[in-house]
Amino acid sequence: MDLENQKRVKEFAEEYGPENVVVILGAAEGEGAGLAAETVTNGDPTFAGPLTGVQLGLSVYHICEEEIKAEVDPAIYEEQVGMMEMVLDVDDISSEMKDIREQYCKY
Amino acid sequence: MSILNGKKVVIIGDRDGVPGPAIADCVKTAGGEPVFSATECFV
Amino acid sequence: MLNAVIKATGYVLAHTPDMVMENGTTQTTEKVVNPNSEYLKQLPSHLRTYEQAVAYLPNQTYIGNMTPDELGEYEQPWYPHTAAKSERFGKFGEIMPEDEFYLLMQACDVFELVYLEENFVAATIEKFKAHPLMREDIIARINSGVSAETVEHFVNEEGAEPLAMNGKTVGYIKRAHDVDGNLSAHVMLENLVSKASNVLAILHLIKNAGIDPADVDYVIDCAEEACGDMNQRGGGNFAKAAAEIAGLSGASGSDVRAFCAAPAHAVIEAASLVKAGTYRNVVVCAGGCTAKLGMNGKDHVKKDMPILEDVIGGFAVLISENDGINPEIDNTVCGRHTVGTGSSPQAVITSLVANPLDKNGLKIPDIDKYAVEMQNPDITKPAGAGDVPAANYKMIAALAVKRGELERKDVATFGNTHGMVGWAPTQGHIPSGVPYLGFAREQLLAGDIEKAMIIGKGSLFLGRMTNLFDGVSFVVRKNSGKHEETAVSDDKIRKMIAEAFRGFAQDMLAEQE
Repeated sequence: MDLENQKRVKEFAEEYGPENVVVILGAAEGEGAGLAAETVTNGDPTFAGPLTGVQLGLSVYHICEEEIKAEVDPAIYEEQVGMMEMVLDVDDISSEMKDIREQYCKY
Repeated sequence: MSILNGKKVVIIGDRDGVPGPAIADCVKTAGGEPVFSATECFV
Repeated sequence: MLNAVIKATGYVLAHTPDMVMENGTTQTTEKVVNPNSEYLKQLPSHLRTYEQAVAYLPNQTYIGNMTPDELGEYEQPWYPHTAAKSERFGKFGEIMPEDEFYLLMQACDVFELVYLEENFVAATIEKFKAHPLMREDIIARINSGVSAETVEHFVNEEGAEPLAMNGKTVGYIKRAHDVDGNLSAHVMLENLVSKASNVLAILHLIKNAGIDPADVDYVIDCAEEACGDMNQRGGGNFAKAAAEIAGLSGASGSDVRAFCAAPAHAVIEAASLVKAGTYRNVVVCAGGCTAKLGMNGKDHVKKDMPILEDVIGGFAVLISENDGINPEIDNTVCGRHTVGTGSSPQAVITSLVANPLDKNGLKIPDIDKYAVEMQNPDITKPAGAGDVPAANYKMIAALAVKRGELERKDVATFGNTHGMVGWAPTQGHIPSGVPYLGFAREQLLAGDIEKAMIIGKGSLFLGRMTNLFDGVSFVVRKNSGKHEETAVSDDKIRKMIAEAFRGFAQDMLAEQE
């Protein structure tokens, strides 16, 4: 994850309390989604950014996951994300995300 | 239990996946408050 | 007014493995935040030799020795394969080795900023002289070099940027000002690399076009660098600077900047300038960027792959008056992402693909080939960024399904029939639609296809000035056969009508009298 974005995630977790922050991803692939999710839960796996070794354990989902889709206004979801559901490998992304949440998510 | 309602939402979109502003529009309808929205670019 | 045509193209790469270490931002950032990292230790053993980079299938495709379809027949990943035709030169351009590229950088430097060690120059100059496109006046710009001590002094004491060859420093780029950050050695290096790779692309273009360099009227540079001093950071005109070295004595020029979308913007502008009759021959061109070298290197090293982002890219396209032969740029079919379009992927694709087709009564499957961002999946897939062209084809196909123009079952194969695999290096603006123009021109000339759409997309938000996305598209089609002679007869018709009206008016006047 971009270093500046890592810095902002860390700041928001400190400002609002990690239990009040949810991270939503839009990554194009399961692997990329998993890496970003790991970064905001268990720390930056590439050891490059401000989240290196920082285990925020934030609640993190991909916008294409069923849990999130269920909460969003269906018309808006269709307009903003509908087409990408056809393009992205939603099953792969969902399974990567679930995996990371089970391992590292604290909230 | 709701995931997004009443939460501060940090959005990390992807230029080749779903971009930040598109996610933000969705999150708002679920009662989440986007506090940050970025779009990453790997190319 | 007749549509402008694509008269010729030029595509070049420069293999610069040492610049991966010295100038790629992934590596320079790592040196700041994690100077003793495993990645930095392991990286050198993952760099490719020149021969390996030349034999790499996507690179051979870029310079025209293989077609995208031939590349698509190879099983991915491509890096373990060796191209059947593994040559430095191809019909579109070449892959220049690092040592010669440093000499070309010096030839492109008009402010005494590039210095090379004397033994290095002596060892390289004959190769450089033998280059088929290096004219006497370009070769004469290379000087005999400085001592190794001078190189060491400037790199260690004067903030110069080193130029290395196989890890050994063989030269440097001096800062152009002691205080002004916009003229720092780092910025000068980025800009000179961009300029040199651009010049190389223009030289190949002129050869491929077979025209007198003096016949080029205007040059539009669409790279992603900025040049200027502290009082005008983006002052610009890389275009004219490159035109000078390339010998385009009759040209003026200017720069177009729009992130990765800039080449598509620039082609539309050039085609419009030619169609309007403002200029006859316009070159759209760009050099590459050092910053993106090794951008996804961490993932490549982690997966025990070679560093595939080890080349600087460049391209040049000649857009000319309609000759009745070459493919036309149809600027009645231009898509654009507007301020109000929004950022959702379907809104983006609708604005770039569906809207311009609708205006012209065309359907998505009516376009034979779409050139999207032709990034090489060998580079992006291991980095978790997916196959960018394939994802774009799925988006176009998904939109066609929503519009009832395609069966849902055909979404997965749409890319095979109406698209291509990606072959361009991840150099930002370089992959953005334009790498296909060379092949598109050939396929349209041969009658293999009728229409191609070129799509450029840009991530404007990276500049922190707007959250907006951007993109434009245009269609290239087979020449309709109407050319200058038709224009002359159009003129004749106009004259005849004018004469008839004059006669009619005179009769009326006579009647009134």
